[in-house]
This record gives sequence, structure tokens and C-alpha cells, in this order.
Amino acid sequence: MSIKSEPITINLGPQHPSTHGVFRMRVTFDGETIIDVEPIFGYLHRGSEKLAEERTYTQVVTLTDRMDYVSSMLNNQGYILAVEKLSSIQPETRGVWLRMIASELQRIASHLVAVGFLIQDLGAWGTPLTYAMREREKILQMFEMLCGARITNSYLRPGGVFMDAPEQFWNNLTSFIEEFPSAIDELEKLLTSNEIIFSRTKDVAVLTPEQAINASITGPILRSTGVQWDLRKNDPYDFYDKVEFDIPTHNAGDNYSRYLLRVQEMRESLKIVKQCVDFIEPGPVRPHHDEVPFLLRPPKGDCYVAIEGSKGELGFYLVSDGSISPYRWHVRSSSLINLTLLRDMLIGTLFGDLFVTFGGIDINMGEVDR
Amino acid sequence: MYKIMNEWNGKTLGKEINNQIADSVVDSDNDSVFIDSQKIYEVMKFLKETSGFSFDLLSSITAVDYIDHFEVVYHLKSLITLSKATIKTKVGFGRQNQPEIDSVYSLWKGADFQEREAFDLMGIHFNNHPNLKRILLWDGFPGHPLRKDFVTNSQSIIEEENEN
Repeated sequence: MSIKSEPITINLGPQHPSTHGVFRMRVTFDGETIIDVEPIFGYLHRGSEKLAEERTYTQVVTLTDRMDYVSSMLNNQGYILAVEKLSSIQPETRGVWLRMIASELQRIASHLVAVGFLIQDLGAWGTPLTYAMREREKILQMFEMLCGARITNSYLRPGGVFMDAPEQFWNNLTSFIEEFPSAIDELEKLLTSNEIIFSRTKDVAVLTPEQAINASITGPILRSTGVQWDLRKNDPYDFYDKVEFDIPTHNAGDNYSRYLLRVQEMRESLKIVKQCVDFIEPGPVRPHHDEVPFLLRPPKGDCYVAIEGSKGELGFYLVSDGSISPYRWHVRSSSLINLTLLRDMLIGTLFGDLFVTFGGIDINMGEVDR
Repeated sequence: MYKIMNEWNGKTLGKEINNQIADSVVDSDNDSVFIDSQKIYEVMKFLKETSGFSFDLLSSITAVDYIDHFEVVYHLKSLITLSKATIKTKVGFGRQNQPEIDSVYSLWKGADFQEREAFDLMGIHFNNHPNLKRILLWDGFPGHPLRKDFVTNSQSIIEEENEN
């Protein structure tokens, strides 16, 4: 005898702790199998792009902090690079090294959040997340030393950074570089060969490279399908062409390889930080304000600058009309675009896999809605 | 080991496109190519499927309001030929209420959310998009906020105060 069933539609979110913010999905289930998903955005929309049109170029830096609030430094970096390109500013060498250190530390912090919460989404309450958060805390403390803020940094300025790092920062950074590899080992010992994680994440939500490229998916998700594509290597900005690091890839394209890839990327980022510390030399951290005034007036024109953010290609499109504020500011948000295939990835999987897949994509609602 | 991406010069790319699809290029400068808005789908299909260009990754779609017209801007990348290019097209001359352009959704699925965003915030209508509705704002929101003639709340309050 077959059991008669009929599909049921449920709203997940916006107020749901596993949606990493205020994300809403209208999910249709047949039993426990997902047959349709409709993502609904906009609960955190603050109109950043419109707000920027009434602010000066330096003030817009504060808006970028509030986009993806777990990788503020990377957002700062992308925006500042766009401003520098638009107004042809030559950044100071020490400033560039400092902002590379800051943004690679931020990438580690962002990946720690991604990895920690992925495990939380699996139902493992507490332990692995606190291990990840403990390490992130050290990074946030270093940011506090750099600029006085932990989350909304606004540390970067056109031509370099806001101010030089204090002495204590270097002590903390040295001990972080020494201790962090063993902290990742500890985290990996708990997770990488954990049988529950194997059975819950392997072969779940598989993407092929063709699918991912066609849907403009970038960052760790693209690399987990086996495509070696990283803008730090393929389109180098700042001094990424002077440091040595590898781009890890995996071929499976499932949730497990996304997790593993982030762990490996943290090790690579640490490698970059180490080299930056070796390369950095005393000097000014940003040009004098006679050269780069506080009120920038870039010449008429437009530019698009993309950097490798923690979640994928983070692009900034700036149009200037010669005045003190941007005529148009557009953010190519990797979090939003990486969700394009969410529906295809989820259909046919079980309810329990929904939040694991969602956590594996690693989005941030501040950047999705802007 | 890792190869660095090249940027197409707009003038060179414009010539190449115009040789294949007649009268499609309106203008070109060093950074970008301006395409006739009627032929955008044809040109994009050509750029995606012809070897030598093979733009398989659509980085970004956005729109800019230039008061007398709108500009839709495409940023393309190729993982095969390791190159990038900027394609622009002008639509909506004379402030028609609904500027129209063909969607590139059937070529790149990545256009889905980005075209919806341009429709939501700038009011560009993408023909043949399967699900063109507002993405960030709610249905029934009056107007498109990124247009330059959109009156924000703070502006209307200041105007009211000045009148009194």
C-alpha cells in the first residue's frame, strides 16, 4: 500500500538563527525531500548605493564596513583600490603591506566564522565553534590595536591606511603566526576526519565547474569544483604578485570540499601574512594630504575593480562626475551571486541538509542586501 | 605557473565585433565598447561562444542613470583565454518610462539576480528574463530609488520645511 502525501510549503526565516542573518526561503517539501526553494531577499536592505551618492569618497569607506561585516577589511580594500584607480593615486609601500596583512587576517577570520558555523549548522553545538571564535577573537584584538574598532574597521584610506600599527600589534602578530597553525590542526583533528561530518557533507549539494562558472559563482565554491581561479593570482592587485602562495582546489564540489578548502586557504593566508611581515619596512603609511586631499575629486570617468574577497569576486564599480561624492557606486556582491544556484543545489536533498548547504555557501546578509 | 589576465582594449575588441556583426558597435574607447542596444543579445552570444573570446564568466551587470539616458554595463571575464572586457550599451533615451533591453539570462545564469537588481533599483526592463520582479525592495514600492530623479524622504522633508 502506498502512502498518499501532498507537498507542503514552509517559510524559513527571516528570523531563524540558522539563516546567518535575515534570509528567508519559501521551501516546498514532499515528505522530507525538498522539491522547490524560493529565496527572498531584502530584509537588511539599507540602500548603501544610494547613500554613497550623498557622501564623500572617504566617508563611503564606512558604508563598505557595513556590507559584509565579517570581512570589513577586504571590503575596504576593494573600495579603496577602486578609488585609487579612478583618481590615479600611488599608494605608499608601507601602507600597502599593512593593508595586505589586515586583509589576509580578515580572510582568516571570515573563514573561521564560515567553518565554525558550518559545524553549528550540522547540529554540533558549541565546541568547534568556540575553538574557531577563540582564534577569531585574537584577530579582532589586533584590529582593535590597528584602528580602534573590531568589526567596522574603516582602517583603509586612499593611498594606504589610516595610521601605522603600534608596537604591541607586532608582538601579538608574531605570537599569532606561531600559534595559529597548531590551532588549525586542533580544529581539523575535531572535524576533518569526523565520521558524522563525512556522512552529512560528502556528496551533498554537488556542483560541476560548468554550472558554477555559468552562474557566475566565484571564490571558495568555484575552487571546490576544481577550477583554479583566484584574482590574487590571475589579476594581481596590491603586492600579491610579490608574495608566494598556492591556490588549493578540490574536485568533488560538495559541502565537504568547501569546508576543507576554507581550512587550507587559512593556512595559505597565514603564509602571506608571514611574508608581508618580512617585507615591510619603515616609512609613511599614506601620502601627505597635500598630495591626496581629504576631499577627493576624481576626474570624470568610471572604473571597475574586483578583488578576491573571502566569499568570491568582490567588485566595485565607481562612476565619477568630478564632484566630491561618487555619481554612482555599485557593488558586485559575491554573497548575492553565489546564491544563484541555491535552488538547484537544494532540490532533491533532505531538510537536514538545507542549512548545511546554506552554511557551506557562506553568505553574509549585509552583503546580499547591502 | 599562474597566468595573469589581460584586459581587452575597447577599440580592438570593437573592431573584431563589428567585423562579425555589422553595425553593432556604436562607439568605443580604450576601456570599453558601446553596443547598439538592439543587438546586445547577438553580440553577447558571439562573445560567449566564439573561441578566441570565450567569455564564460559574467562578472557583473549594472546600470547607471545619466539623466538623458541609461547605461547598462557588462563586465565579462574569460577563464579560458584569461581576459576581461567591458561592454556598455545605452538605453532609454529621452526618459521613456521603461527602458528596455534583451536579457542575457539564457547565456549566463549568473545574470538572474543581477538583472533583477538592475530592474528593481534602476527600472531597466530586461526582455525574456523568466522571473523579472523586485529583489531587494517589496512589491508595490513606488519608483526606482537609484534613478537620479527619485525623491528620497529626507529631500521631501527639507522641501516641505522650505515651503512653510
